[in-house]
Amino acid sequence: MEPILEVKDLTMDFGGLRALDHLDLEIDRGEIAALIGPNGAGKTTFFNCITGIYIPTRGDVVISPPGKKRERINGLKPNHVTERGMARTFQNIRLFPSMTVLENVMIGRHCRTRSGIAGAVFRGPGTREEEQAVVDKSYEILEKMGLSRFVNELARNLPYGAQRRLEIARAMATEPFLILLDEPAAGMNPQETYELDQLILRIRDEEGISLLLIEHDMQLVMSLSDRIFVMDYGKKIAQGTPEEIKNNPVVIKAYLGEEIDA
Amino acid sequence: MKIQDIKESFFIAAWFILLTFPIMVIQVNPIENIIEWRWWNLILVGAGSFMLSFVWRYLMNRKAGQKRKESEDAEDIPLTQRLLRNPRFFVPALIVLGVFVFAFPFLFSAYQINIMTTALIYVVLGLGLNIVVGLAGLLDLGYVAFYAVGAYSYALLNHHFGLGFWTVLPVGAFMGAMFGVLLGFPVLRLRGDYLAIVTLGFGEIIRLILENWNAFSFGPSGIANIPRPGFFGVDFSLEASSRYLYFLMIAMALFTIFVVNRLQNSRIGRAWIALREDEIACQAMGIDKTKTKLTAFALGATWAGMVGVMFAAKTTFINPASFTFLESAIILSIVVLGGMGSIVGVIIGALVLILLPEYLRAFSEYRMLLFGAIMVIMMVFRPQGIISGVRRTYQFKGKGDKAVKTRETVKQPAPTTDHS
Repeated sequence: MEPILEVKDLTMDFGGLRALDHLDLEIDRGEIAALIGPNGAGKTTFFNCITGIYIPTRGDVVISPPGKKRERINGLKPNHVTERGMARTFQNIRLFPSMTVLENVMIGRHCRTRSGIAGAVFRGPGTREEEQAVVDKSYEILEKMGLSRFVNELARNLPYGAQRRLEIARAMATEPFLILLDEPAAGMNPQETYELDQLILRIRDEEGISLLLIEHDMQLVMSLSDRIFVMDYGKKIAQGTPEEIKNNPVVIKAYLGEEIDA
Repeated sequence: MKIQDIKESFFIAAWFILLTFPIMVIQVNPIENIIEWRWWNLILVGAGSFMLSFVWRYLMNRKAGQKRKESEDAEDIPLTQRLLRNPRFFVPALIVLGVFVFAFPFLFSAYQINIMTTALIYVVLGLGLNIVVGLAGLLDLGYVAFYAVGAYSYALLNHHFGLGFWTVLPVGAFMGAMFGVLLGFPVLRLRGDYLAIVTLGFGEIIRLILENWNAFSFGPSGIANIPRPGFFGVDFSLEASSRYLYFLMIAMALFTIFVVNRLQNSRIGRAWIALREDEIACQAMGIDKTKTKLTAFALGATWAGMVGVMFAAKTTFINPASFTFLESAIILSIVVLGGMGSIVGVIIGALVLILLPEYLRAFSEYRMLLFGAIMVIMMVFRPQGIISGVRRTYQFKGKGDKAVKTRETVKQPAPTTDHS
């Protein structure tokens, strides 16, 4: 398996606080990986560091998009990271609330289209074609995500679960090779979580997109993931298959604390 | 009607009497050196505010009721939207409007034409600022600076080099855009309140430069004898030239509406709105924040620069006093009152805000009071503006397969655009 994302020695300091501590991580092509850990372990900081929202203090983030050159991406701006094929969702939903569902997805197509001011004003055949393609592609993605009935609805009026799915749809519109999901199941009921589970599998199997998710729902994590990384206090404390993680004493200790001998 | 309501209204009336006592009741007569006590006004204010407080309470209750209804039924489209969407209403209305706009300068006096031209200048300014504030969500309190840049471009280029209106019009637009980018760079990292303060400062800097750099801008005495726009060398009478200016302004407004309408439903326009909605998500979705902000500033300023040239040509005299912060505030009020992001709203907002004070001249001393009251009432009862922006919707035929056809059904209708 070739790795598509390699993170080496990633360190992030906020003043005196070390949020990420010499972190190493690898995602293989076609993999669903999970990043877990207690609250405040630095999982979201990790996402922010590799997507360019924060600039890491030390370390390397290297991507090897399928069919493209290997490239070091730390220090790049978030939009350039997305352009290179790594899209993300947010822990606290960050949609564009007063745009329609379709428009939200259309925004995802921004970095894959070119038309500029002149194109917008004169609306030549090139621009119209591109615009039509954007609409078609966005609708196609909405259909795949089961959101097509909401097309013209404002994003803020969507039910919670649909908002989460719309965030994923928007990320998919950027044609990523890897999607980072930040707590996609947060606040979902068991039925919605199950649907999400199926959806994530479909994205991987049908679209060939790899995924890395931060998640607290252990059932979801265990059933989905090929590989799990565990973080605590900014350090990676374990990695392995779900089976290995379940029985890893270090992980249990991080989650439940030290066992007191009776 | 409850006894408590009456009691409350009574206190409101008393409060208003107290507040307005110095201006409504006491009048100093400096000639005879006496104070006139206008007790009759006191009774009027008391009775008036007592009555109005009931109307106010009624409206507030109705508003609360509406809100409850809205939450039950979010699909409900407001009446104005439905009217604007309905072609049976929309098309005849547009024809009537077109005829009126064309006939206007032949039916009314030169004075009326002049205020209408001024109002149209503000329509264009409002639409320009709407790009920055309404679409991109960047609160710009120094917009008048670009207007000044345009006006002084024409005045100075004409004074020193004798360049004509038509030559300077694109130059003014370009200068506006340049200054837009110039302001844009330092404020790229700022948003919200901080952005507002910096843009406010920028506006004041431009004005102060114009006021104090005598060698460059002739200081507070301004520049006079700016020629009106030419028309193939024809000399107009004063009346004909005000008509000509009116039609020029109409053309410019239509051009602005056309361009802004196309922009806001384009790739760039969507990027602006996304930037307004959520800056972080917008970047994470692959939008270049820097580029998007700068284009918004530049394009917004372009209109101000262009219409500044027009302003200089219209008044034939400019000085820094025309470009104070108050102007920025009025333009911003137009955008907010009209409805952020809505073209029709901004047009109505400009007409209301500019024409109202003119027609309220009959109530001369109270007109600013009335004006303020209208603004307050608007913001309480319709904070989204006269007409709120609508997003474009798409219709898809065929479910499940790729063969989807799109058709635009709704959006802000604007007079000149053809929706293909």
